[in-house]
Amino acid sequence: MNWTAIAMFAAFVALTLWITRWAAQRTRTASAFYTAGGGITGFQNGLAIAGDYMSAASFLGISAQIFVDGYDGLIYSIGFLVGWPVILFLMAERLRNLGRFTFADVASYRFAQAPVRSFAAISTLIVVAFYLIAQMVGAGQLIKLLFGLPYTYAVMIVGALMIVYVLFGGMTATTWVQIIKAVMLLAGATFMAIMVMAQVGFSPEALFARAVEVKTSLALAGGATAEEAATRGLSIMGPGNFIRDPVSAISLGLALMLGTAGLPHILMRFFTVPNAKEARKSVLWATTWIGYFYLLTFIIGFGAIVLVATNPAFLDANGALLGGGNMAAVHLAAAVGGDVFLGFISAVAFATILAVVAGLTLSGASAISHDLYATLIRKEGADPNAELRVSRIATLVLGVVAILLGILFETQNVAFMVSLAFAIAASGNFPVLILALMWPGATTRGAVIGGLLGVTTALVLTILSPAVWVSVLGHAAPIFPYSSPAIFSVPIAFFGIWLFSKTDRSARGAIDRAGFADQEVRSETGIGAYQASDH
Amino acid sequence: MDRIARVKAHPGYQELVRIRRRFAWLLSAIMIIAYFGYVLLIAFDKPLLARPIGDGVMSLGIPLGFGIILLGIALTAIYVRRANRDFDARLETILNEVGE
Repeated sequence: MNWTAIAMFAAFVALTLWITRWAAQRTRTASAFYTAGGGITGFQNGLAIAGDYMSAASFLGISAQIFVDGYDGLIYSIGFLVGWPVILFLMAERLRNLGRFTFADVASYRFAQAPVRSFAAISTLIVVAFYLIAQMVGAGQLIKLLFGLPYTYAVMIVGALMIVYVLFGGMTATTWVQIIKAVMLLAGATFMAIMVMAQVGFSPEALFARAVEVKTSLALAGGATAEEAATRGLSIMGPGNFIRDPVSAISLGLALMLGTAGLPHILMRFFTVPNAKEARKSVLWATTWIGYFYLLTFIIGFGAIVLVATNPAFLDANGALLGGGNMAAVHLAAAVGGDVFLGFISAVAFATILAVVAGLTLSGASAISHDLYATLIRKEGADPNAELRVSRIATLVLGVVAILLGILFETQNVAFMVSLAFAIAASGNFPVLILALMWPGATTRGAVIGGLLGVTTALVLTILSPAVWVSVLGHAAPIFPYSSPAIFSVPIAFFGIWLFSKTDRSARGAIDRAGFADQEVRSETGIGAYQASDH
Repeated sequence: MDRIARVKAHPGYQELVRIRRRFAWLLSAIMIIAYFGYVLLIAFDKPLLARPIGDGVMSLGIPLGFGIILLGIALTAIYVRRANRDFDARLETILNEVGE
């Protein structure tokens, strides 16, 4: 039992529940629930986006990958970052100018509402489901290890807290939970990186040289010859086996870069700011914090090689990390800051998961209430109060489903699920959104058929890929040999949208094309954009 | 003529959209070329990235990788600066001239 960690976590929960109570008093309208009334500043939103993006998967996962393979971890970080500038240049301001609550508002702006919103909602729910499962399983395992709680209780606590935040505090509470957690995580990671650099006299060369030494001596101890050991030691300084073939490298690069621009819970954040200018600023802040964070994780991963890999206190009898591979950063916290800092980082890791699942649940609930219920079922006459009630019911249902899925997938290998979420976002949401915004010829028919083709291709190819076909289903060889489907599924989506728009002779298609001129002026100028509501 | 049509007919609007788009696509192209250039290096020439750049173990891939992260932040900052100083002012002028 780590009482420091438990005390710090309890303090975090108390603070966030207090914020939720405050937020609940302001969450009386649909606009407050979905977008915090549009009153978040660019700086705050930038931190919240960074909070959404720096999930436990990136903090623990990437530092763990660097701990094992060295350089390879950086490849992931870079891919996660480079989507942001492109979102800013091509999408952020247009999204804010055209949208209100969900990205489907923008994707369906000039199209027939029912089919495009249904597609967007389905694709949102698929992305949210995979992302949620990965986070819930990670949360359960992490909490089980850190606090000694049984897995099932851990998953239930995460689920219950997230339901409370979203249900009562809506986007206001979710945003502030994200901001607090982002500040805690950035502060903790900065402290760890500084402590690591202090150990090596603030010389990066010394840090890398020590890490290579450690890896070489570990290989020697493992029975390798001197020459082999030297090669293996040096291998952490360059790209290794993580990406074997060129097709996988490019495919993964596409999924990471374009997937960011299609994640519903991230796109939704652009509607929380008052105007396009603040949307723009929020991307600059987000990119800066996220980039800074990835530089820190690189130092933390190498620091863990130097300080954790050789310390018997953190290893079991076979020399493997106590608590599993993902714990490198947590052990490093103990190595550089003792029990109190270990408690802090553990609490931060838990807070991270809570914040990310709250954001995901909110975007899933919005897809159900705003895109499916209000626009599809109630059509024009939707009562905002009824919509708000539906989104609260959806939150509750999604929360319970997330807990059940978390328990169901406990022993499954879920590592592929985050990259699957990115691949689906890159192959469905992104092509539909970008062509709706940029290509006058796109029609309802093209967007829906092309988007569905992209999502289906991404799903099917992932099932046939090594991560699922071999690792999860236990077949001998994968049918689809590459690690990411994006290189096929993204072009298929674009081609599908093009083909089925070009061949669309329907009256609706003519309306869709004619609507572009008006949409374009509004997206470029912000005329008629939804204003921040006053409370 | 309604406001949207008047904005569209304004010569300043056409110019703003053209300049802003060209700028946005130029920056996007720089980011995409830099990133996929890096990805192609990983795909086709891993030893180059692993090659030490000095006498020590520091490899070419590390400054290159960090460089792409910093490039992403820098391009974002360049866009925001120009948008805040130039594009916003032009847009405001156009909207004022067009009127409600």
